[in-house]
Amino acid sequence: MATETNVLNQDVQSTDDWSGGKEPFKASYGKLMMWYFLLSDAFTFAGFLIAYGALRFSMPTWPVPDFVFSTFPGGLHNMPLIFVTVMTFILILSSVTMVRAVQEGHRENKNGVVFWMFLTILGGATFLGCQAWEWNTLIAEEHVSILKNPFGTHIENGVYLAGDGHDIKEGDTFVAGDPYLIHKKDDEWQNLPYRNEAGEIKQQEFGPKAFGALFFFITGFHGFHVFSGVLFLLIIMINAASGLYAKRKNGYEMVEKIGLYWHFVDLVWVFVFLVFYLL
Amino acid sequence: MSNITTYDEEKLIEEQGFDDHFHDHHHGDKYQSNFVTTYIFSMDHKMIAKQFLITGIFWAFIGAAMSIIFRLQLGFPEENYAWLKPLLGKWITLNSSGVGSLAPEFYYALVTMHGTILVFFVLTAGLSGTFSNLLIPLQVGARDMASPLLNMLSYWFFFLAGVVMFSSLFVSTGPFSGGWTAYPPLSALPQASSGSGAGMTLWLISLVFFVVSVLLGGINYITTVLNLRTKGMTLWRMPLTIWAFLITAVIGLLSFPVLVSGFLLLIFDRSLGTSFYLSEIFIGGQALDYVGGSPVLYQHLFWFLGHPEVYIIILPAMGIVSEVLSVHARKPIFGYKAMVFSILAIAFLSFIVWAHHMFMSGVNPFISNFFVLFTLIIAVPSAVKVFNWIATLYGGNIRFNSAMLFAIGFVSMFISGGLTGIFLGNSTIDIQMHDTYFVVAHFHIVMGVAAFFGMFAGIYHWYPKMFGRFMNEKIGKLHFWGTLIGSYAVFWPMHYIGIAGVPRRYYQFDTFEAFSHFGAMNAFITIAAIVVFALQILFIVNFFYSIWKGKKMTNKNPYGATTLEWTTPIEATHGNWPGKIPTVHRWAYDYSKNDEGADYVSQIQPLKEGEEEH
Repeated sequence: MATETNVLNQDVQSTDDWSGGKEPFKASYGKLMMWYFLLSDAFTFAGFLIAYGALRFSMPTWPVPDFVFSTFPGGLHNMPLIFVTVMTFILILSSVTMVRAVQEGHRENKNGVVFWMFLTILGGATFLGCQAWEWNTLIAEEHVSILKNPFGTHIENGVYLAGDGHDIKEGDTFVAGDPYLIHKKDDEWQNLPYRNEAGEIKQQEFGPKAFGALFFFITGFHGFHVFSGVLFLLIIMINAASGLYAKRKNGYEMVEKIGLYWHFVDLVWVFVFLVFYLL
Repeated sequence: MSNITTYDEEKLIEEQGFDDHFHDHHHGDKYQSNFVTTYIFSMDHKMIAKQFLITGIFWAFIGAAMSIIFRLQLGFPEENYAWLKPLLGKWITLNSSGVGSLAPEFYYALVTMHGTILVFFVLTAGLSGTFSNLLIPLQVGARDMASPLLNMLSYWFFFLAGVVMFSSLFVSTGPFSGGWTAYPPLSALPQASSGSGAGMTLWLISLVFFVVSVLLGGINYITTVLNLRTKGMTLWRMPLTIWAFLITAVIGLLSFPVLVSGFLLLIFDRSLGTSFYLSEIFIGGQALDYVGGSPVLYQHLFWFLGHPEVYIIILPAMGIVSEVLSVHARKPIFGYKAMVFSILAIAFLSFIVWAHHMFMSGVNPFISNFFVLFTLIIAVPSAVKVFNWIATLYGGNIRFNSAMLFAIGFVSMFISGGLTGIFLGNSTIDIQMHDTYFVVAHFHIVMGVAAFFGMFAGIYHWYPKMFGRFMNEKIGKLHFWGTLIGSYAVFWPMHYIGIAGVPRRYYQFDTFEAFSHFGAMNAFITIAAIVVFALQILFIVNFFYSIWKGKKMTNKNPYGATTLEWTTPIEATHGNWPGKIPTVHRWAYDYSKNDEGADYVSQIQPLKEGEEEH
C-alpha cells in the first residue's frame, strides 16, 4: 500500500461491510440474536428427528400414517391426512399474514400491523386447537399413549377369526403390510385372533411403543413453540397497538423479529409433518 | 520492562477515535448505580467476567478436593479414613474396630461430580465465560456486550445451575454416580443405583440451566464480535483470542442444543415411563417393562455435544496462549492466518468425530473407519498451531513471567496429551486402551491440565486489567513450576498402568491379582496430586490477596501490548473508554523495534506514510 495517497484514514472510511464500526449483515444485534437462537433451536429439533429416525428404523414395522391419521371432526373416518392437511394449511396461512404484518411495519402503518398480527394469532390459536383435537382423538378414542400403541401392521397374510364391531368383520382377509387398530372395550384390549396362511392361530400384536412417545413428544415440543409464539405475538401486538414501536421509528423491528420466529416454527412443522404424516 | 515507550494514547483516541455519543446519555446508570447493580446484578461485562471467574474458582476448588478424596482411596485403600467423617458423614463407614473407609457408592459419586464440575462449571463457564466476557468488548473496541441484560442472565443461569448441582451433593441418596457422561440405563432408571434417583434429577435440572446459560452467553459473544467491532477492526485484525472465543461460541451454539434434546428424552424415560433409551432390562432379577429403546442413541446425542465440548474447552485456552506468547515474546504471532484457519478447521472437524468415544459401544466397525480418519486429521491443524507457537517463541525476547510460563507450559502439555490422542483415535488400538488409565491420562493432560494452564496464563496476564493490581510473581512462578512438574508426576505414570490394562472407575485394585503390583505407583500419583492441590490453594490465596494487596498498576499498558484493552484507563468504568472509542489501523501483532525505540505499535496507531500493513 505504498502509495502517495494518505493512508491515514483510508481503512477507517472503508466501504467494506466487514471493516468494523458497522453491522456487516445490515441487521441489528437483536435480529442477529434471533437468527442464532433459531439456529440452535433447529439443532434441538434435529436431535429429536434423528432420534425418531434411529428408533423408527430399528423397528420391524411402523404405523401407517394414512391409516392412523384418517379421522375428521364430526365422526368422519377414512379421510387420510385430510385433517392434518387443513391444520397445516392454516399454519402456513398464518405465515403469510405474518409477512403482511412485517410489511405493514416497514410502512410504519400501525393499524395494518395490528390487523395482520391479529390474523396471525388467530391462525396460530386455530392450529393449536386442531392439535388439541387430534391429540384428544388419539388419546381418548383410539387409546394411543406414550406407553401403548394399538396401531399395528400385519407382517403376514391371514384371515380374521372375529370382528371388532368397528371396521373388521369375522372372515375378513388381510395381507402383510395392512394396518390395524386394536380397540378397547370395557377397559380390555380386544386383540383380534386370526389364522395365517400356515394355519396357525395368532393374535394382533401392539405396534411399536416408541410411536406414541415420539409423536406426542415431538409434536408436543413443536406445539409448545407455537403456543409460546402465540403468547409473544399477543404481547407484541398489544405493544404495537399502544404505539410503543411507532415511537422507536425502526420499522417495527420487534414485529420482524417475532416474524422470524414464527416462520421458523412453520418451517419446523414441515419437517415434523414429513416424518410423521408422509413417510 | 524498560523497553516500553508509552504512546500518548489519549491524544490518539481523541484525534482518531470516533464519537458514538455514549456519554451524552445517562443510560450508564443502569450498569453501576448502587451496590447491587455494581457487584451482584451487574450488566457490566467486566464485572460479569469476574463473577464467572470467582464462581469458577469456587467450583475448581470443590472439584479438585473431590479428586483428592478419591485419589486417597486409590492410593491408600487400606488407610483409616475415619477423620473424613466430619466432612463426608455417612459416606465414611466404620467397621467394628473403628476403621473408616469410603463408601463405594460415594466413590463413584465423587468421580462423576469431579468430571461434571470440571468439564462444565470450571473449564466451560469458568474459562470461556470469564475471558469471553472480559476480552470481547475490550479487544474489539465495544462499550459492552450487544445485550448486557442477556449477559447478566447468562451468569445467573450458571449460578442457578451451580446452586442445584451443589444441593445435589447433600441429598440423602447422594449425588449422581453414573459417570459425567450420564449413560442410560444408570441415568435413566431411578432404581439403578443410589445416585440415580434424586441426585440424577438434580443433575439434569442443573445442566439444563447450564445450557441456557451457555446459549445466552454464546449468542451474545457471536453478535458482539460481528456487530460491535470498532471502526477499522476487520476480522483479520482481530486478536486470536477473539477468533477463538467467536468460534468457541459457534461450536457451543450448535452442539449444546443437541445435548438438550438428549436430556429431554432422558427426562421422559426417567419420569414418564417411555423407552427411548431402554430395552429389555432386568434389575434384581425383575424384568422391566421397557422395550424398543437404544442406549447407543443417547451416546450419539451426548457425544455430538461431548466431543465439540472438548474444543469449547481448549479453543479459548489456545486463543489466550497465542496472545500471551506473542506479547511476552515481543514478536508477532507466527502464521496468524494459519492460526485462524486451523481454529476453523478444528471447529469443523469437531462435529464429525464424535463416535470415536463409542468405538467400544457397539457401533458398526466399518463406520468407525470414517471417525478414525477425521479424528486423525484433527492432528493436522493442531500441529500447525503447535508449530506456530514454537516458531513465535523462536528468537523472541522472552519475558519469563508467570503468564508466559503458563503459556509455554500449555504448549508442552498440549503436545504431550495430543500425541496420546493419536493412539486413542485408532479404533483398533482403542480396543486395548479403552476405559483404562491411558484414556484418563490422555484427556486430563490435553484438555484438563492444558486448559487450566491456558486459564492460568490468562488470569496472570489480564489480572491487572481486572483488578488494577498484579499478582505476586514469586508465588506465581512457584505455582507454575510445582504445577508443571506435579501434573506430569500425576498423569505420566497413568499411561503405563493404562497400557498394562488397569481400568478406570474402579474403586480399588489391591484385590485384583493383575493390578495389585501397581499399588506403589498409585500411592505416588496420590501424593503428587496432593502436592498439586496444595499449590492451587497457594494460587487462590495469591489471587485473593492480590485483589487488595497486590502491586498496583501504574502504567495502563504494563506489558507494552498492542491490543485495545490496554488503551482503556486503569480503572475502566462502564463503557470502557471515557471519551471516544478508539479506531483501529493495523493488526494485533505489530511487535518489532521501530524508529521511536518502542518494540510494539498499538492497534490504534495509524499506518505511517509509506508503511505497508503487515
